Amino acid sequence: MSQTPATSMAEETAARLDYVLQLADTSLVLGQRLGELLGHAPTIEEDLGMANTSLDLIGQARLLLALASEIEGQDRSEDQLAFLRTESDFRNLVLVEQPNGDFAQIIARQFLLDAYQLTLYEKLQQSSDQRLAAIATKSLKETQYHYRYSGGWLVRLGDGTEESHNRAQRAIEQLWPFTCEMFDEQDSDRLLVRLGIAPPMADIEAGWSALIDEVLREATLERPARVPYRWFGRRGVHSEHLGYLLADMQYLQRTYPDARW
Amino acid sequence: MNASTGWPLFEIFIRARAGLDHKHVGSVHAVDARMALEHARDVYTRRLEGVSIWVVRSSDITASDPQDADSLFEPARDKVYRHPTFYDIPEEVKTL
Repeated sequence: MSQTPATSMAEETAARLDYVLQLADTSLVLGQRLGELLGHAPTIEEDLGMANTSLDLIGQARLLLALASEIEGQDRSEDQLAFLRTESDFRNLVLVEQPNGDFAQIIARQFLLDAYQLTLYEKLQQSSDQRLAAIATKSLKETQYHYRYSGGWLVRLGDGTEESHNRAQRAIEQLWPFTCEMFDEQDSDRLLVRLGIAPPMADIEAGWSALIDEVLREATLERPARVPYRWFGRRGVHSEHLGYLLADMQYLQRTYPDARW
Repeated sequence: MNASTGWPLFEIFIRARAGLDHKHVGSVHAVDARMALEHARDVYTRRLEGVSIWVVRSSDITASDPQDADSLFEPARDKVYRHPTFYDIPEEVKTL
């Protein structure tokens, strides 16, 4: 015990709760963003594809929020966590709250996140937290498909016409600054790594980077330079877009509390 | 071809369970076979309908002409003896 800094149970619980909320909120917010595309995708087949991905992500968020609710131990249900927390309580990556934009931006955002979740879930399967490991194993299968889908599209766009190439390159460059916070390691992260609950950020970054490089090369797109600026969605500091998204998502529960169907 | 996208049409065949045949279930528009597989997965297997998917470009299918139906199919109509039920099976045959 003298080797490692003493941590209280409260600190460990707070770190675990924060970590699970980060995973849950990232899936939830992107699920909501993709839900906005219902009826607006370029073809009916893509429409269903986006909806499927959206439902996968919301399903992941439900499992994770239920786990968060248990860790928190304050009788807040998964629904209350999703629909009654405010902006600064959300722990999602700023990347996923970015507006849909054109199709290249939708695909680029999806791809950058899919590569992240793919690497993360793969490693989380070995988490010392059995429930987190089980959720990771289930989510990994869905994410493998998401990655295949968004990666395939990115290659088609990048290696397509001049117009689609330019739009894809622009989308990657626009979203790139938001990727830095994925690997931003906090004290709480280091604590979870020591406990074997979370994989080290450096491992995730290496895995993510390799996936990104492979697909960008095939898509004839250029990897932007590393942007030192860090967004802090994982610490509750968001862009101006999240508030509008939550207003949409939470309207019903806030207007008609405890409404069910 | 889809009028708005110019994407070709693919016919989709799904095998519901191991050991069964692939059955035609519909079609999707896609730019290539890989995308057609993904679309077929998203459109036709959302409720666990299948364990395997085949996609075939609709333009690669050669179909019989409905106008030829008379010459192709009518001649079989009066040949009921081609059905196994046409024949009386002798009682002595137990295991046919």
